[in-house]
Amino acid sequence: MSSPITHYQLPMNIEEVSALENSFNQVTQTLISKKREDEQFTLRLNGERSQFTRFNHAQVRQTGCVADGWMQISLMRDQQCSFRQVPLTGDWEQDWQVAFAALEELRDELPLLPIDPYLILPSGNNSSREVNSGKLLAPAAVVPTVLELVKELDFTGLYAGGVVVKAYSDSCGSNHWFATNSFTLDYSLFTTCEQAVKGILAGSEWHESAYRAKINADKKLLKLLARPPKELPRGQYKTYFAPDAVASLLHMLSWGGIGESDIQQGNSALALLSRQEKQLSPQFSLKENFQQGLVPRFNELGEMVALDLPLIERGMLVNTLVNSRTAKEYGKLSNGANNTESLQVPEVIPGKLTSEQILPSLDTGLYVSNLHYLNWSDRPTGRITGMTRYACFWVENGEIVAPIENLRFDESLYRFWGDNLIDFTTFQEFIPEVGTYESRQLGGSLVPGMLVADFTYTL
Amino acid sequence: MWTKLTKAIAHFQIPADWIGIRVVKETSATHNVRDGLPQANGKSLTIGAMVEVLVHGCLGYAATNSLELSALQAAAETAYQQALAASEWFIFPFRESERPKVVGEYNSPLLEPLDTLNPGEINNLLVQICHSLKVDPKIVQTTASVNTSERENWFISSNGSEVYQKFTFVGTNYGAIAQDGAIVQQRTNNGSHAHFYQGGWELFKQDELWQQVEQIGVQAVELLTAQECPTTRTNLILAPDQMMLQIHESIGHPLEIDRILGDERNYAGGSFVNQSDFGQLVYGSEKLNITFDPSVPGEFASYSFDDTGAVATKEYLIQEGVLKRGLGSLESQARAGIPGVACARASSWNRPAIDRMGNLNLEPGTTTFEEIIGGIEHGVYMESNRSWSIDDRRYKFQFGCEYAKLIEEGKFTQVLRNPNYRATTPEFWHSLIQVGDAANWQMYGTPYCGKGEPNQAIWVGHGSPVCAFADIEVFGGGRTEEF
Repeated sequence: MSSPITHYQLPMNIEEVSALENSFNQVTQTLISKKREDEQFTLRLNGERSQFTRFNHAQVRQTGCVADGWMQISLMRDQQCSFRQVPLTGDWEQDWQVAFAALEELRDELPLLPIDPYLILPSGNNSSREVNSGKLLAPAAVVPTVLELVKELDFTGLYAGGVVVKAYSDSCGSNHWFATNSFTLDYSLFTTCEQAVKGILAGSEWHESAYRAKINADKKLLKLLARPPKELPRGQYKTYFAPDAVASLLHMLSWGGIGESDIQQGNSALALLSRQEKQLSPQFSLKENFQQGLVPRFNELGEMVALDLPLIERGMLVNTLVNSRTAKEYGKLSNGANNTESLQVPEVIPGKLTSEQILPSLDTGLYVSNLHYLNWSDRPTGRITGMTRYACFWVENGEIVAPIENLRFDESLYRFWGDNLIDFTTFQEFIPEVGTYESRQLGGSLVPGMLVADFTYTL
Repeated sequence: MWTKLTKAIAHFQIPADWIGIRVVKETSATHNVRDGLPQANGKSLTIGAMVEVLVHGCLGYAATNSLELSALQAAAETAYQQALAASEWFIFPFRESERPKVVGEYNSPLLEPLDTLNPGEINNLLVQICHSLKVDPKIVQTTASVNTSERENWFISSNGSEVYQKFTFVGTNYGAIAQDGAIVQQRTNNGSHAHFYQGGWELFKQDELWQQVEQIGVQAVELLTAQECPTTRTNLILAPDQMMLQIHESIGHPLEIDRILGDERNYAGGSFVNQSDFGQLVYGSEKLNITFDPSVPGEFASYSFDDTGAVATKEYLIQEGVLKRGLGSLESQARAGIPGVACARASSWNRPAIDRMGNLNLEPGTTTFEEIIGGIEHGVYMESNRSWSIDDRRYKFQFGCEYAKLIEEGKFTQVLRNPNYRATTPEFWHSLIQVGDAANWQMYGTPYCGKGEPNQAIWVGHGSPVCAFADIEVFGGGRTEEF
């Protein structure tokens, strides 16, 4: 531990990930050659080379890099199925050794397992390859570039950047490869009174000018947030929800909402809508929009999803998310949904409210920028509870008066997306997925803001 | 493993003040059955190394899923470069004392090893549970799953630490959904994913299993015709399986020192507790005693050392209602000057250690369950968490349960559905009027405590007796116009 380092390069450029692709393809081909006649398999890969730099008080709290990857082999025979998930390092010999051991284990295990009548076997032989290269900050440049601009502010957050890889292959010859080099900067700026404004920058290229413009806009909001906060009594208030807050509400539909299996099994907040016992506002339309290419279009079974899938049209449920397994079990048609039947790139169709009309139309009520910690308080009736968070304001006569002390809400989606929905904005914003549980998540929501009457706040 | 790691540490050509390697190898198995049919069977292996370096007071890290010497060397260099790049901007000048030398070993208690049941036998049990849950045609879904895991940790450092810890985890989850038209009710074994412990198959094949399973099915159907929980202020009595969530959200998280220092403000949130509150703040009534206790045999988050090498011991965080100590690692203690505990933990090899809860328990009192219920003139008794939400400073919360009973004049009089309650944290803990005795103390555990940037889900354990709270706002489901 004595001599200084003279040569060093982070393993983060997309070319270096080609070792993973080679190893994945070799494992696929070798599995095909070793496969017995009555066996079928699928092979999935998830990998990343990421830098994570965490900030607090415009300083660095933690900083580091993660090189991770795994492959999941699912073996199927006689309507029985099991999987093994093992590391994928890019070193073919090491990777094949663990993959072969997994194959042998699976062969021993399958006869012990019960028959699965709804097992989906691989059947297609389509392929795709999408590689999105990016122009990110050099690893050593992240800290000074991010912090120099905000060193006088109470800045906190996370920069996450690098390559994310997802792939699929199977015994029928399907093969999909998706790699993207991207970043997210998810941050908050705080006042001395613990009021805050939230910001997210994301993309495949770092643009200094975009960052500067966003921070400058945030500084204006911080001035408003410096006013003494207003404590509101519980009650019902007309409320404008900015796009980020709308995205939080929309996200709830992925958790016991829009999935067909949840509806079939008594576990969905949209069961009333599905049975046409309730309907939503004709102003509310929702679809999955894969046209932006932010996430792979192939699912865990290698199926390609439609570019555009309408789900709710003018308040009526026209499609649920149906994967092949659910389709087989309940006699439905699959629309290529993922294994959890969750939204990946949802889009809410905009309305007629221009940005200039937001405050005059709100008149007197709440301007809510963000929401926090949402949960179903009564799922069968579509009731959601959660908190306001970050830059939320009390508005009187179309003018921002003061930030608010955070409020708890408890309200049914059948009201705020139903009769109480006044309008959506004409503009949409893309709210990127910034989650990093286990690995960096992809995708996001394209949503407008919305104006709602009589939204219920309870604490 | 020790030979490989010792060799790696010796080979690193890094001008660092301290280097540590933490290797995690975890094999986890999942078996999931719905309505008697298999949904998922399989095993996951993850193995990798977290290399951490201290350079002029700055910590940098790099994690890799290859344990080849060249990969570890590259990781050490990456960690060094990360620390160096942040050196002008680092939040606190850490020292080797935040990574003390420690040598030792820990093993989970284990009676029946995980290889004594094969996947076929496990699936047979789960299928049988599903069949037993379906006590009535109105049961529209039954689920049963079991998750097991063997996790080995090796921690070695340039200042002589050598720690090996082996954990064996078993978690079970089963439940039923009953439906009658638009009325849908769910019942599970003490709330979703609450039965996670350290141990072996002895935790699954317990004598009371089949009785519990049948009761879950019966109660799911019972809830279909139950009265809605009334909207009122009354006495609230919480079973230990709901106390788990209550302690976790409104005591555990606000006492995390990294939240108080602001690290989590962009994600999980801050805290209503201030640095100056320790030793001063009366957090709740005198009956409130909360311990951080990593020494409870079989509790989900028991361990001997945290992931930075701090020795884990039982400590009182709140004693007779007064806040004494925070949930803060050696790093947080150095930054805040507040007494903490050995709680620097990482979800796996690919995440850095941060302040986490571990086992957080409410110590038993002296009142029996019968005495608690018998002393309530009017109240609602709630079991098993169903819904949870709390603000980013851990102040305003609203929680819901699966199952409740009305108490009138010291007796249970009827079953209630959709029970919820809401309060602010200080108001709630000051309303604590009764704490059950050791006979009704129960412990639970969950693997889903989320926090950190990058995000980490970690396992925690919570034990508590039944507790009673005075004058709490309770309410039911359905319409939301009342507030």
